[in-house]
Amino acid sequence: MRFINFINKLDKRWIYLVLALCIIIPFLFPIGFPMKTTAPVKSIYDFIEDSIPEGGVVLIGADYDPSTMAELHPMAKVIATHALSNNLRVLFVTLYPQGAGMAQDVIENVLREWNNSNPDNQKELGKDITLLAYVPGVSAVVLKMGEDIIETFNEDGYGNKLSDLEVMKEIKNYNDIDLMVELAGSAVVLTWLIYANGRYGLNVGIGTTAVSAAEYYSYLQSKQAIGMLGGLKGAAEYENLLSKKGVYWGRKDATVGMDAQSSAHIFFIILIVLGNIAYFVSKKQKGGR
Amino acid sequence: MLKGKGIPVFITFIVGTIMIFSFFIPHKPFGDLEKISLNWYSIIAGFTMLLGVDSLIGMHYRKITRRTGNWGYSIVLIAGFTGTVVIGIIETIRLGTAFNEASYFTYIYNYFIVPLQSTMFSLLAFFIASAAYRAFRARNFDATLLLITAIIVMLGRVPLGEQISPNLPKFTEWIMQVPQMAAKRGIGLGISLGALGVSIRILLGIERSYLS
Repeated sequence: MRFINFINKLDKRWIYLVLALCIIIPFLFPIGFPMKTTAPVKSIYDFIEDSIPEGGVVLIGADYDPSTMAELHPMAKVIATHALSNNLRVLFVTLYPQGAGMAQDVIENVLREWNNSNPDNQKELGKDITLLAYVPGVSAVVLKMGEDIIETFNEDGYGNKLSDLEVMKEIKNYNDIDLMVELAGSAVVLTWLIYANGRYGLNVGIGTTAVSAAEYYSYLQSKQAIGMLGGLKGAAEYENLLSKKGVYWGRKDATVGMDAQSSAHIFFIILIVLGNIAYFVSKKQKGGR
Repeated sequence: MLKGKGIPVFITFIVGTIMIFSFFIPHKPFGDLEKISLNWYSIIAGFTMLLGVDSLIGMHYRKITRRTGNWGYSIVLIAGFTGTVVIGIIETIRLGTAFNEASYFTYIYNYFIVPLQSTMFSLLAFFIASAAYRAFRARNFDATLLLITAIIVMLGRVPLGEQISPNLPKFTEWIMQVPQMAAKRGIGLGISLGALGVSIRILLGIERSYLS
Protein backbone atom coordinates (compact mmCIF):
# COMPACT_ATOMS: atom_id res chain seq x y z
CA MET A 1 0.00 0.00 0.00
CA ARG A 2 2.82 2.37 0.88
CA PHE A 3 4.42 1.47 -2.43
CA ILE A 4 1.25 2.38 -4.37
CA ASN A 5 1.00 5.69 -2.49
CA PHE A 6 4.66 6.34 -3.29
CA ILE A 7 4.04 5.73 -7.00
CA ASN A 8 0.91 7.87 -7.07
CA LYS A 9 2.62 10.79 -5.34
CA LEU A 10 6.05 10.49 -6.96
CA ASP A 11 7.43 13.91 -7.88
CA LYS A 12 8.05 14.02 -11.65
CA ARG A 13 11.45 15.63 -11.09
CA TRP A 14 12.69 12.22 -9.85
CA ILE A 15 11.53 10.73 -13.15
CA TYR A 16 13.42 13.44 -15.03
CA LEU A 17 16.57 12.77 -13.01
CA VAL A 18 16.50 8.99 -13.57
CA LEU A 19 15.79 9.48 -17.29
CA ALA A 20 18.72 11.89 -17.57
CA LEU A 21 20.98 9.28 -15.95
CA CYS A 22 19.58 6.54 -18.23
CA ILE A 23 20.63 8.64 -21.22
CA ILE A 24 23.94 10.07 -19.99
CA ILE A 25 25.54 6.93 -18.47
CA PRO A 26 25.45 4.83 -21.70
CA PHE A 27 27.13 7.72 -23.54
CA LEU A 28 29.98 7.63 -21.02
CA PHE A 29 30.18 3.83 -20.80
CA PRO A 30 28.88 2.40 -24.11
CA ILE A 31 27.60 -1.18 -23.95
CA GLY A 32 27.45 -1.86 -27.69
CA PHE A 33 24.56 -4.31 -28.02
CA PRO A 34 24.86 -6.31 -31.26
CA MET A 35 22.33 -5.40 -33.94
CA LYS A 36 20.91 -7.19 -36.95
CA THR A 37 20.58 -5.23 -40.17
CA THR A 38 17.03 -4.72 -41.40
CA ALA A 39 16.16 -5.10 -45.10
CA PRO A 40 15.32 -1.41 -45.83
CA VAL A 41 18.76 -0.34 -44.53
CA LYS A 42 20.58 -3.12 -46.37
CA SER A 43 18.97 -2.21 -49.67
CA ILE A 44 20.36 1.37 -49.59
CA TYR A 45 23.78 0.01 -48.61
CA ASP A 46 23.68 -2.61 -51.37
CA PHE A 47 22.58 -0.05 -53.95
CA ILE A 48 25.59 2.19 -53.21
CA GLU A 49 27.87 -0.83 -52.98
CA ASP A 50 26.82 -2.72 -56.10
CA SER A 51 24.73 -0.57 -58.43
CA ILE A 52 26.69 2.67 -58.80
CA PRO A 53 29.84 2.68 -60.94
CA GLU A 54 32.99 4.53 -59.85
CA GLY A 55 32.58 8.29 -60.44
CA GLY A 56 28.81 7.98 -60.05
CA VAL A 57 26.81 10.58 -58.16
CA VAL A 58 24.94 10.34 -54.87
CA LEU A 59 22.67 13.26 -54.01
CA ILE A 60 21.96 13.68 -50.27
CA GLY A 61 19.05 15.85 -49.19
CA ALA A 62 19.81 17.53 -45.86
CA ASP A 63 16.32 18.80 -45.10
CA TYR A 64 16.54 18.86 -41.34
CA ASP A 65 17.55 21.24 -38.60
CA PRO A 66 19.30 20.87 -35.22
CA SER A 67 16.10 19.60 -33.56
CA THR A 68 16.34 16.28 -35.43
CA MET A 69 20.09 16.18 -36.02
CA ALA A 70 20.61 13.55 -33.30
CA GLU A 71 18.95 11.00 -35.59
CA LEU A 72 19.64 12.37 -39.07
CA HIS A 73 23.20 13.69 -38.79
CA PRO A 74 24.74 10.21 -38.31
CA MET A 75 22.82 9.05 -41.41
CA ALA A 76 24.27 11.87 -43.52
CA LYS A 77 27.77 11.04 -42.28
CA VAL A 78 27.59 7.31 -43.03
CA ILE A 79 26.05 7.69 -46.47
CA ALA A 80 28.53 10.40 -47.52
CA THR A 81 31.42 8.32 -46.15
CA HIS A 82 30.20 5.18 -47.91
CA ALA A 83 29.89 7.04 -51.21
CA LEU A 84 33.39 8.55 -50.89
CA SER A 85 34.85 5.15 -50.03
CA ASN A 86 33.52 3.84 -53.35
CA ASN A 87 34.98 6.86 -55.18
CA LEU A 88 31.56 8.29 -55.89
CA ARG A 89 30.81 11.99 -56.03
CA VAL A 90 28.56 13.43 -53.33
CA LEU A 91 26.23 16.41 -53.73
CA PHE A 92 24.31 17.79 -50.78
CA VAL A 93 21.12 19.69 -51.43
CA THR A 94 18.79 21.41 -48.99
CA LEU A 95 15.29 22.77 -49.42
CA TYR A 96 15.29 24.22 -45.87
CA PRO A 97 17.42 27.27 -44.97
CA GLN A 98 18.66 25.57 -41.79
CA GLY A 99 19.70 22.43 -43.67
CA ALA A 100 22.67 24.28 -45.20
CA GLY A 101 24.39 24.50 -41.81
CA MET A 102 23.74 20.81 -41.17
CA ALA A 103 25.13 19.76 -44.56
CA GLN A 104 28.20 21.97 -44.14
CA ASP A 105 28.95 20.38 -40.79
CA VAL A 106 28.67 16.88 -42.27
CA ILE A 107 30.89 17.75 -45.24
CA GLU A 108 33.52 19.31 -42.97
CA ASN A 109 33.54 16.31 -40.59
CA VAL A 110 33.47 13.63 -43.26
CA LEU A 111 36.28 15.27 -45.28
CA ARG A 112 38.44 15.75 -42.17
CA GLU A 113 37.99 12.18 -40.95
CA TRP A 114 38.45 10.72 -44.42
CA ASN A 115 41.61 12.71 -45.19
CA ASN A 116 43.14 11.95 -41.77
CA SER A 117 42.62 8.24 -42.32
CA ASN A 118 43.37 8.02 -46.04
CA PRO A 119 46.49 10.06 -46.83
CA ASP A 120 46.83 8.22 -50.17
CA ASN A 121 43.29 8.95 -51.33
CA GLN A 122 42.56 12.55 -50.34
CA LYS A 123 39.11 13.97 -51.06
CA GLU A 124 38.47 17.62 -51.84
CA LEU A 125 35.61 20.03 -51.50
CA GLY A 126 34.43 20.95 -55.00
CA LYS A 127 36.09 17.93 -56.57
CA ASP A 128 34.51 15.02 -54.72
CA ILE A 129 31.82 16.61 -52.60
CA THR A 130 29.90 19.88 -52.33
CA LEU A 131 26.73 21.53 -51.11
CA LEU A 132 24.35 23.09 -53.62
CA ALA A 133 23.26 26.62 -52.66
CA TYR A 134 19.92 27.05 -50.90
CA VAL A 135 17.19 28.12 -53.30
CA PRO A 136 13.65 28.76 -51.99
CA GLY A 137 10.71 26.98 -53.55
CA VAL A 138 10.79 23.34 -52.29
CA SER A 139 8.74 21.45 -54.93
CA ALA A 140 9.67 24.01 -57.63
CA VAL A 141 13.36 23.37 -56.89
CA VAL A 142 12.89 19.60 -57.13
CA LEU A 143 11.10 20.00 -60.48
CA LYS A 144 13.68 22.46 -61.84
CA MET A 145 16.52 20.08 -60.92
CA GLY A 146 14.88 17.53 -63.19
CA GLU A 147 15.52 19.88 -66.12
CA ASP A 148 18.89 21.46 -65.24
CA ILE A 149 20.70 21.28 -61.89
CA ILE A 150 23.38 23.91 -62.64
CA GLU A 151 20.78 26.38 -63.94
CA THR A 152 18.67 25.82 -60.81
CA PHE A 153 21.41 26.66 -58.30
CA ASN A 154 24.15 28.49 -60.27
CA GLU A 155 26.44 28.36 -57.22
CA ASP A 156 27.43 25.94 -54.51
CA GLY A 157 26.85 26.75 -50.85
CA TYR A 158 30.34 28.29 -50.62
CA GLY A 159 29.79 30.85 -53.38
CA ASN A 160 31.65 28.99 -56.18
CA LYS A 161 30.16 28.76 -59.68
CA LEU A 162 28.83 25.24 -60.17
CA SER A 163 29.90 25.14 -63.82
CA ASP A 164 33.54 25.57 -62.69
CA LEU A 165 33.47 22.68 -60.21
CA GLU A 166 34.91 19.29 -61.06
CA VAL A 167 32.32 17.54 -58.92
CA MET A 168 29.62 18.80 -61.32
CA LYS A 169 31.35 17.44 -64.43
CA GLU A 170 28.85 15.86 -66.83
CA ILE A 171 25.94 16.41 -64.45
CA LYS A 172 22.96 17.98 -66.17
CA ASN A 173 19.85 16.65 -64.46
CA TYR A 174 18.44 13.61 -62.63
CA ASN A 175 19.55 11.33 -65.48
CA ASP A 176 23.10 11.85 -64.20
CA ILE A 177 22.30 11.17 -60.54
CA ASP A 178 22.54 7.51 -59.52
CA LEU A 179 20.87 7.77 -56.13
CA MET A 180 19.17 10.39 -54.02
CA VAL A 181 18.89 9.82 -50.26
CA GLU A 182 16.53 12.27 -48.62
CA LEU A 183 17.16 12.92 -44.93
CA ALA A 184 14.24 14.66 -43.30
CA GLY A 185 11.87 14.43 -40.39
CA SER A 186 9.09 16.16 -42.30
CA ALA A 187 6.81 15.63 -45.30
CA VAL A 188 9.45 17.03 -47.68
CA VAL A 189 10.37 13.37 -48.31
CA LEU A 190 7.09 13.10 -50.23
CA THR A 191 8.14 15.96 -52.52
CA TRP A 192 11.13 13.90 -53.66
CA LEU A 193 9.07 10.74 -54.00
CA ILE A 194 6.24 12.40 -55.94
CA TYR A 195 8.24 14.66 -58.26
CA ALA A 196 11.81 13.33 -58.51
CA ASN A 197 10.89 9.64 -58.44
CA GLY A 198 7.36 9.78 -59.83
CA ARG A 199 8.06 12.12 -62.71
CA TYR A 200 11.76 11.68 -63.44
CA GLY A 201 12.35 8.13 -62.22
CA LEU A 202 15.17 9.10 -59.83
CA ASN A 203 16.15 6.34 -57.39
CA VAL A 204 15.18 7.68 -53.97
CA GLY A 205 16.18 6.34 -50.56
CA ILE A 206 14.75 7.70 -47.32
CA GLY A 207 16.42 8.59 -44.04
CA THR A 208 13.96 9.77 -41.46
CA THR A 209 13.29 10.06 -37.75
CA ALA A 210 11.90 6.99 -35.97
CA VAL A 211 8.62 8.77 -35.34
CA SER A 212 8.19 9.59 -39.07
CA ALA A 213 9.34 6.19 -40.39
CA ALA A 214 5.82 4.76 -40.10
CA GLU A 215 4.70 7.20 -42.83
CA TYR A 216 6.92 5.69 -45.51
CA TYR A 217 6.47 1.91 -45.30
CA SER A 218 3.87 2.07 -48.08
CA TYR A 219 6.42 3.76 -50.38
CA LEU A 220 8.92 1.01 -49.62
CA GLN A 221 6.39 -1.69 -50.44
CA SER A 222 5.42 0.00 -53.72
CA LYS A 223 9.19 0.28 -54.57
CA GLN A 224 8.92 4.06 -54.95
CA ALA A 225 11.70 4.20 -52.35
CA ILE A 226 14.59 1.78 -52.66
CA GLY A 227 15.23 1.65 -48.91
CA MET A 228 14.94 3.47 -45.62
CA LEU A 229 17.01 4.33 -42.58
CA GLY A 230 14.44 4.69 -39.81
CA GLY A 231 15.64 6.68 -36.81
CA LEU A 232 18.91 6.29 -34.95
CA LYS A 233 18.66 2.49 -35.29
CA GLY A 234 18.78 2.77 -39.08
CA ALA A 235 21.92 4.90 -38.84
CA ALA A 236 23.47 2.48 -36.32
CA GLU A 237 22.79 -0.49 -38.61
CA TYR A 238 24.46 1.38 -41.48
CA GLU A 239 27.46 2.20 -39.27
CA ASN A 240 27.83 -1.50 -38.50
CA LEU A 241 27.68 -2.39 -42.20
CA LEU A 242 30.43 0.11 -42.94
CA SER A 243 32.48 -1.18 -40.00
CA LYS A 244 32.23 -4.72 -41.37
CA LYS A 245 33.47 -3.37 -44.71
CA GLY A 246 36.32 -1.74 -42.79
CA VAL A 247 35.43 1.79 -43.86
CA TYR A 248 33.95 3.68 -40.96
CA TRP A 249 36.61 4.86 -38.55
CA GLY A 250 35.06 7.84 -36.75
CA ARG A 251 33.10 7.82 -33.52
CA LYS A 252 30.01 5.69 -34.05
CA ASP A 253 27.49 8.32 -32.97
CA ALA A 254 24.41 6.27 -33.80
CA THR A 255 25.66 3.01 -32.23
CA VAL A 256 26.57 4.79 -29.00
CA GLY A 257 23.24 6.61 -29.10
CA MET A 258 21.37 3.32 -29.40
CA ASP A 259 22.59 2.26 -25.94
CA ALA A 260 21.10 5.45 -24.49
CA GLN A 261 17.91 4.89 -26.46
CA SER A 262 17.68 1.26 -25.24
CA SER A 263 17.95 2.28 -21.60
CA ALA A 264 15.47 5.15 -22.07
CA HIS A 265 12.95 2.79 -23.71
CA ILE A 266 13.32 0.29 -20.85
CA PHE A 267 12.79 3.11 -18.37
CA PHE A 268 9.63 4.21 -20.25
CA ILE A 269 8.30 0.64 -20.14
CA ILE A 270 8.99 0.37 -16.39
CA LEU A 271 7.17 3.68 -15.88
CA ILE A 272 4.17 2.50 -17.92
CA VAL A 273 3.99 -0.79 -15.99
CA LEU A 274 4.34 0.93 -12.59
CA GLY A 275 1.76 3.55 -13.54
CA ASN A 276 -0.71 0.84 -14.56
CA ILE A 277 -0.13 -1.23 -11.40
CA ALA A 278 -0.88 1.86 -9.33
CA TYR A 279 -3.94 2.60 -11.49
CA PHE A 280 -5.45 -0.89 -11.11
CA VAL A 281 -4.74 -1.17 -7.37
CA SER A 282 -6.30 2.27 -6.77
CA LYS A 283 -9.29 1.31 -8.93
CA LYS A 284 -9.77 -1.95 -7.00
CA GLN A 285 -9.64 -0.12 -3.69
CA LYS A 286 -12.21 2.43 -4.82
CA GLY A 287 -14.46 -0.41 -6.09
CA GLY A 288 -14.15 -2.24 -2.76
CA ARG A 289 -15.38 0.74 -0.74
CA MET B 1 -15.62 41.39 -67.70
CA LEU B 2 -13.29 40.34 -64.91
CA LYS B 3 -13.18 42.47 -61.81
CA GLY B 4 -12.56 42.21 -58.05
CA LYS B 5 -11.87 38.67 -56.83
CA GLY B 6 -12.55 37.30 -60.32
CA ILE B 7 -9.05 38.36 -61.44
CA PRO B 8 -7.03 36.21 -58.95
CA VAL B 9 -9.50 33.33 -59.47
CA PHE B 10 -8.97 33.55 -63.25
CA ILE B 11 -5.15 33.67 -62.81
CA THR B 12 -5.33 30.65 -60.47
CA PHE B 13 -7.40 28.71 -63.01
CA ILE B 14 -5.05 29.48 -65.94
CA VAL B 15 -1.79 28.83 -64.03
CA GLY B 16 -3.17 25.72 -62.32
CA THR B 17 -4.38 24.27 -65.62
CA ILE B 18 -1.01 24.94 -67.28
CA MET B 19 0.82 23.20 -64.40
CA ILE B 20 -1.45 20.16 -64.60
CA PHE B 21 -0.99 19.86 -68.38
CA SER B 22 2.76 20.39 -68.18
CA PHE B 23 3.10 17.71 -65.50
CA PHE B 24 1.64 15.11 -67.83
CA ILE B 25 2.81 16.63 -71.16
CA PRO B 26 6.28 18.06 -70.50
CA HIS B 27 6.76 19.04 -74.19
CA LYS B 28 6.38 22.35 -76.06
CA PRO B 29 4.63 24.64 -75.30
CA PHE B 30 3.72 23.30 -71.83
CA GLY B 31 7.31 22.38 -70.92
CA ASP B 32 8.53 25.94 -71.54
CA LEU B 33 5.57 27.43 -69.72
CA GLU B 34 6.28 25.17 -66.77
CA LYS B 35 9.93 26.25 -66.72
CA ILE B 36 8.90 29.92 -66.62
CA SER B 37 6.30 29.20 -63.91
CA LEU B 38 8.87 27.40 -61.76
CA ASN B 39 11.29 30.35 -62.03
CA TRP B 40 8.49 32.71 -61.00
CA TYR B 41 7.57 30.36 -58.17
CA SER B 42 11.14 30.45 -56.80
CA ILE B 43 11.22 34.26 -56.97
CA ILE B 44 7.82 34.56 -55.25
CA ALA B 45 8.90 32.00 -52.62
CA GLY B 46 11.94 34.22 -51.90
CA PHE B 47 9.68 37.22 -51.38
CA THR B 48 7.34 35.26 -49.10
CA MET B 49 10.33 34.94 -46.75
CA LEU B 50 10.49 38.73 -46.60
CA LEU B 51 6.77 38.79 -45.81
CA GLY B 52 7.39 36.26 -43.04
CA VAL B 53 10.20 38.40 -41.60
CA ASP B 54 7.98 41.50 -41.79
CA SER B 55 5.17 39.68 -39.99
CA LEU B 56 7.48 38.26 -37.29
CA ILE B 57 9.25 41.55 -36.56
CA GLY B 58 5.97 43.51 -36.72
CA MET B 59 4.28 41.19 -34.22
CA HIS B 60 7.14 41.36 -31.72
CA TYR B 61 7.57 45.12 -32.18
CA ARG B 62 3.89 45.58 -31.29
CA LYS B 63 4.33 43.33 -28.24
CA ILE B 64 7.19 45.53 -27.03
CA THR B 65 5.41 48.86 -27.63
CA ARG B 66 2.20 47.61 -25.95
CA ARG B 67 4.11 45.88 -23.11
CA THR B 68 1.99 42.72 -23.49
CA GLY B 69 2.85 39.48 -21.61
CA ASN B 70 6.49 38.29 -21.89
CA TRP B 71 7.43 41.30 -24.03
CA GLY B 72 11.01 41.00 -22.79
CA TYR B 73 11.47 37.87 -24.92
CA SER B 74 10.48 39.91 -27.98
CA ILE B 75 13.44 42.22 -27.37
CA VAL B 76 15.73 39.15 -27.32
CA LEU B 77 14.18 37.94 -30.59
CA ILE B 78 14.56 41.25 -32.40
CA ALA B 79 18.11 41.72 -31.06
CA GLY B 80 19.04 38.16 -32.11
CA PHE B 81 17.48 38.59 -35.54
CA THR B 82 19.09 41.97 -36.22
CA GLY B 83 22.47 40.81 -34.92
CA THR B 84 22.46 37.70 -37.10
CA VAL B 85 21.47 39.63 -40.24
CA VAL B 86 24.10 42.33 -39.65
CA ILE B 87 26.84 39.76 -38.97
CA GLY B 88 25.74 37.77 -42.05
CA ILE B 89 26.07 40.87 -44.26
CA ILE B 90 29.44 41.89 -42.75
CA GLU B 91 30.86 38.37 -43.15
CA THR B 92 29.62 38.13 -46.74
CA ILE B 93 31.50 41.36 -47.53
CA ARG B 94 34.58 40.25 -45.57
CA LEU B 95 34.88 36.61 -46.67
CA GLY B 96 32.78 36.41 -49.83
CA THR B 97 30.23 34.12 -48.15
CA ALA B 98 28.64 34.09 -44.72
CA PHE B 99 28.90 30.28 -44.71
CA ASN B 100 32.70 30.29 -44.48
CA GLU B 101 34.04 28.15 -41.61
CA ALA B 102 35.86 31.18 -40.17
CA SER B 103 32.76 33.37 -40.30
CA TYR B 104 30.98 34.60 -37.17
CA PHE B 105 27.70 33.79 -38.94
CA THR B 106 28.68 30.09 -38.94
CA TYR B 107 29.78 30.52 -35.31
CA ILE B 108 26.29 31.79 -34.37
CA TYR B 109 24.70 28.82 -36.15
CA ASN B 110 27.01 26.22 -34.60
CA TYR B 111 27.16 27.57 -31.07
CA PHE B 112 23.77 29.26 -30.58
CA ILE B 113 21.15 27.79 -32.92
CA VAL B 114 22.33 24.16 -32.87
CA PRO B 115 22.50 23.77 -29.05
CA LEU B 116 19.30 25.77 -28.47
CA GLN B 117 17.19 23.83 -30.96
CA SER B 118 18.66 20.47 -29.94
CA THR B 119 17.93 21.23 -26.28
CA MET B 120 14.35 22.26 -27.03
CA PHE B 121 13.68 19.00 -28.86
CA SER B 122 15.50 16.91 -26.24
CA LEU B 123 13.06 18.15 -23.59
CA LEU B 124 10.42 16.08 -25.39
CA ALA B 125 11.95 12.90 -23.91
CA PHE B 126 11.24 14.19 -20.39
CA PHE B 127 7.66 15.11 -21.22
CA ILE B 128 7.11 11.68 -22.80
CA ALA B 129 8.50 9.99 -19.67
CA SER B 130 6.17 11.96 -17.43
CA ALA B 131 3.19 11.36 -19.75
CA ALA B 132 3.96 7.63 -20.03
CA TYR B 133 3.88 7.40 -16.25
CA ARG B 134 0.73 9.42 -15.65
CA ALA B 135 -1.49 9.05 -18.69
CA PHE B 136 -0.72 5.76 -20.47
CA ARG B 137 -3.32 3.61 -18.70
CA ALA B 138 -5.08 0.42 -19.81
CA ARG B 139 -8.51 1.97 -19.19
CA ASN B 140 -10.34 -0.03 -21.88
CA PHE B 141 -9.69 -2.56 -24.68
CA ASP B 142 -8.48 0.04 -27.22
CA ALA B 143 -6.09 1.65 -24.73
CA THR B 144 -4.77 -1.79 -23.69
CA LEU B 145 -4.15 -2.75 -27.33
CA LEU B 146 -2.33 0.54 -27.92
CA LEU B 147 -0.28 0.07 -24.76
CA ILE B 148 0.81 -3.49 -25.57
CA THR B 149 1.66 -2.54 -29.17
CA ALA B 150 3.68 0.48 -27.98
CA ILE B 151 5.69 -1.69 -25.56
CA ILE B 152 6.42 -4.29 -28.27
CA VAL B 153 7.46 -1.62 -30.80
CA MET B 154 9.58 0.25 -28.23
CA LEU B 155 11.44 -2.95 -27.36
CA GLY B 156 11.68 -4.14 -30.95
CA ARG B 157 13.23 -0.86 -32.15
CA VAL B 158 16.25 -1.05 -29.83
CA PRO B 159 19.10 -3.61 -29.76
CA LEU B 160 18.07 -4.73 -26.27
CA GLY B 161 14.84 -6.14 -27.74
CA GLU B 162 16.92 -8.40 -29.95
CA GLN B 163 18.71 -9.68 -26.84
CA ILE B 164 15.39 -10.46 -25.13
CA SER B 165 14.12 -12.43 -28.13
CA PRO B 166 15.30 -12.51 -31.76
CA ASN B 167 11.61 -12.67 -32.76
CA LEU B 168 10.80 -9.33 -31.15
CA PRO B 169 12.30 -7.15 -33.94
CA LYS B 170 10.63 -9.41 -36.53
CA PHE B 171 7.25 -9.01 -34.85
CA THR B 172 7.82 -5.23 -34.61
CA GLU B 173 8.63 -5.14 -38.33
CA TRP B 174 5.42 -7.11 -39.03
CA ILE B 175 3.39 -4.60 -36.98
CA MET B 176 4.93 -1.74 -38.96
CA GLN B 177 4.61 -3.39 -42.37
CA VAL B 178 1.11 -4.86 -42.08
CA PRO B 179 -1.44 -3.39 -39.63
CA GLN B 180 0.30 -0.03 -39.25
CA MET B 181 0.82 0.38 -42.99
CA ALA B 182 -2.76 -0.65 -43.80
CA ALA B 183 -4.09 2.07 -41.51
CA LYS B 184 -1.61 4.67 -42.80
CA ARG B 185 -2.42 3.84 -46.41
CA GLY B 186 -6.13 4.25 -45.75
CA ILE B 187 -5.53 7.60 -44.07
CA GLY B 188 -3.16 8.62 -46.88
CA LEU B 189 -5.72 7.79 -49.57
CA GLY B 190 -8.36 9.78 -47.69
CA ILE B 191 -6.05 12.80 -47.35
CA SER B 192 -5.05 12.63 -51.04
CA LEU B 193 -8.66 12.42 -52.23
CA GLY B 194 -9.53 15.34 -49.95
CA ALA B 195 -6.58 17.39 -51.29
CA LEU B 196 -7.62 16.56 -54.86
CA GLY B 197 -11.17 17.70 -54.15
CA VAL B 198 -10.01 20.97 -52.57
CA SER B 199 -7.57 21.59 -55.48
CA ILE B 200 -10.39 21.18 -58.03
CA ARG B 201 -12.60 23.51 -55.99
CA ILE B 202 -9.79 26.13 -55.89
CA LEU B 203 -9.12 25.82 -59.64
CA LEU B 204 -12.80 26.23 -60.45
CA GLY B 205 -13.12 29.20 -58.11
CA ILE B 206 -15.60 27.47 -55.78
CA GLU B 207 -13.19 27.55 -52.84
CA ARG B 208 -12.04 31.16 -52.32
CA SER B 209 -11.06 31.25 -48.66
CA TYR B 210 -7.36 31.57 -49.67
CA LEU B 211 -8.17 35.06 -51.01
CA SER B 212 -9.39 36.45 -47.71
